[in-house]
Amino acid sequence: MKSEQANLTTAGSGKEGYNRRKFLSALGLGTAGAAVLSSCGHNDWYDQFRDGNKNGGATLDFKDDIGILNYAYALEQLEAAFYTEVVAKSSSVFSASQNAFFNDIKLHEIAHREFFKKALGSNAIGNLEVDFSSVNFSSKDSVLATAKAFEDLGVAAYNGAGYKIMTEAYLVIAGQIVSVEARHAAWIRDQISNGSFSDLNSLTALGADNSKGLDAALPPSKVLPIAATYIKTKIDVKNVF
Amino acid sequence: MNILNILSEIEKVDEDIYDRLSPRRRIMKDFYNAGRKISLAALPLALSSMFTKAYGQSGNRSVNDVLNFALTLEYLEFHFYNHTVVGKDPASSVKDVTFNFPSAAALQAITTIRDHEKAHVDFLKAVLGSAARPELAYTNFDFRAGGTYNANNSYNSGGTFADVYTNYATFLKVATAFEDTGVRAYKGQAGFLKGNQVVLTAALQIHAVEARHASHLRQMAAGAGLTIKPWITYTANGNDTGVAPADAVYAGEQNTTQATVPITNIAAGVTQAAAAESFDEPLATANVVTIANLFLKPAFRL
Repeated sequence: MKSEQANLTTAGSGKEGYNRRKFLSALGLGTAGAAVLSSCGHNDWYDQFRDGNKNGGATLDFKDDIGILNYAYALEQLEAAFYTEVVAKSSSVFSASQNAFFNDIKLHEIAHREFFKKALGSNAIGNLEVDFSSVNFSSKDSVLATAKAFEDLGVAAYNGAGYKIMTEAYLVIAGQIVSVEARHAAWIRDQISNGSFSDLNSLTALGADNSKGLDAALPPSKVLPIAATYIKTKIDVKNVF
Repeated sequence: MNILNILSEIEKVDEDIYDRLSPRRRIMKDFYNAGRKISLAALPLALSSMFTKAYGQSGNRSVNDVLNFALTLEYLEFHFYNHTVVGKDPASSVKDVTFNFPSAAALQAITTIRDHEKAHVDFLKAVLGSAARPELAYTNFDFRAGGTYNANNSYNSGGTFADVYTNYATFLKVATAFEDTGVRAYKGQAGFLKGNQVVLTAALQIHAVEARHASHLRQMAAGAGLTIKPWITYTANGNDTGVAPADAVYAGEQNTTQATVPITNIAAGVTQAAAAESFDEPLATANVVTIANLFLKPAFRL
């Protein structure tokens, strides 16, 4: 089986977009490196880094369901950590009812995280170290924008990985979680602008198609670089799609 | 625990066990491959999923069956919303929607949802092509659920939701039930589409849109007086809307155990309410059919 590996750690730069150049940037590469690599095939440029960083970190091997569940576990860790910070630091900028719902969302994400941890048992990756230095938890706008990004990305991630899940029970579980993430996304979007709950045109970059009424869907090769902005732990990726 | 002994014991009473586990031997292959690495701690889950798959599901559905089933639900949703946005059956001159939307934003939200349901109808029809089920018109439905209609298809009286077009709150209750049903229905069909990159992905994408709709409609319903959150919270019978006729829509949502893992108290603060909210539940085909049939006139029932 082909082995691919990448260091998805960012250099603490700002938010990453979804294109290839920014992906490479998220991988910690300079522009020059990106230029050289742009001629490489998809697997090749992963291979460039397969021996680049093996000390510590977590490995996501997408060869089977365990890898995909760990991928979900990684994203849920990120979300749970984010909302834990929001509940701890941002209550003064939100109304009582908003705070109550943020607390609900925090608990949902913690429940998801702990579910994956228990379900995976000793196959679970370790705890990821997060980096929310780009978020201003005293700013309503910053918190809401980040929450929106996380929820929409979560929806895209589950939708984009679902077809790779070979165990039916896990596929249904993924469906049970993604609709809750979509409920979150809709509520958060409505806090930013009432009525934007399912503005699919704004989700085109995440794979949505408004003309067909289709929500976001992205493969992990596109989700991880975006998520990596908020993750300090090095993540090795194998067999990514 | 020795898994191979368990399988060999089962084989004594069910010689088809290996075929049941996987007609294509895929699961067994996965299992043996994974077995080298799977720890004892992870085994119960792996095992329970394997046997659920082998024995829990009877029969199968073709992709077209699933898509036509989805198309029926999308017709239902589209006509329901379209009727309130237009104010009447588009083919009739009688305006029978007498409630007013409380704000331009409320009308816009329903219009947005209506447009998505139309896009879903068109998309599913296009994917199915000549295999698509016969089109459903507004007059094929009975959104009052049990109303009587005259020969011209004009509403006479009755129905569980008799005031669905005269009482905005009732409209929102029915809309919320439809969206939550849609979310559960797609989830219940996902297994039939396993591994199908194009169709499963599209189904998941529609499923998430329905969940966004449900979240917003629940907020609208809360604004109209229901005690309801954007997510489905715990109640003893699963129905958190307080709308008793919708009990069947929510039956099972009270579940707080996922793949044998109890979610309540899985971490500090994860109450029974949070545990139920954090996972939406699938709904089996037959249960969805029962719900959909309440809103279809007899000749058009599934």
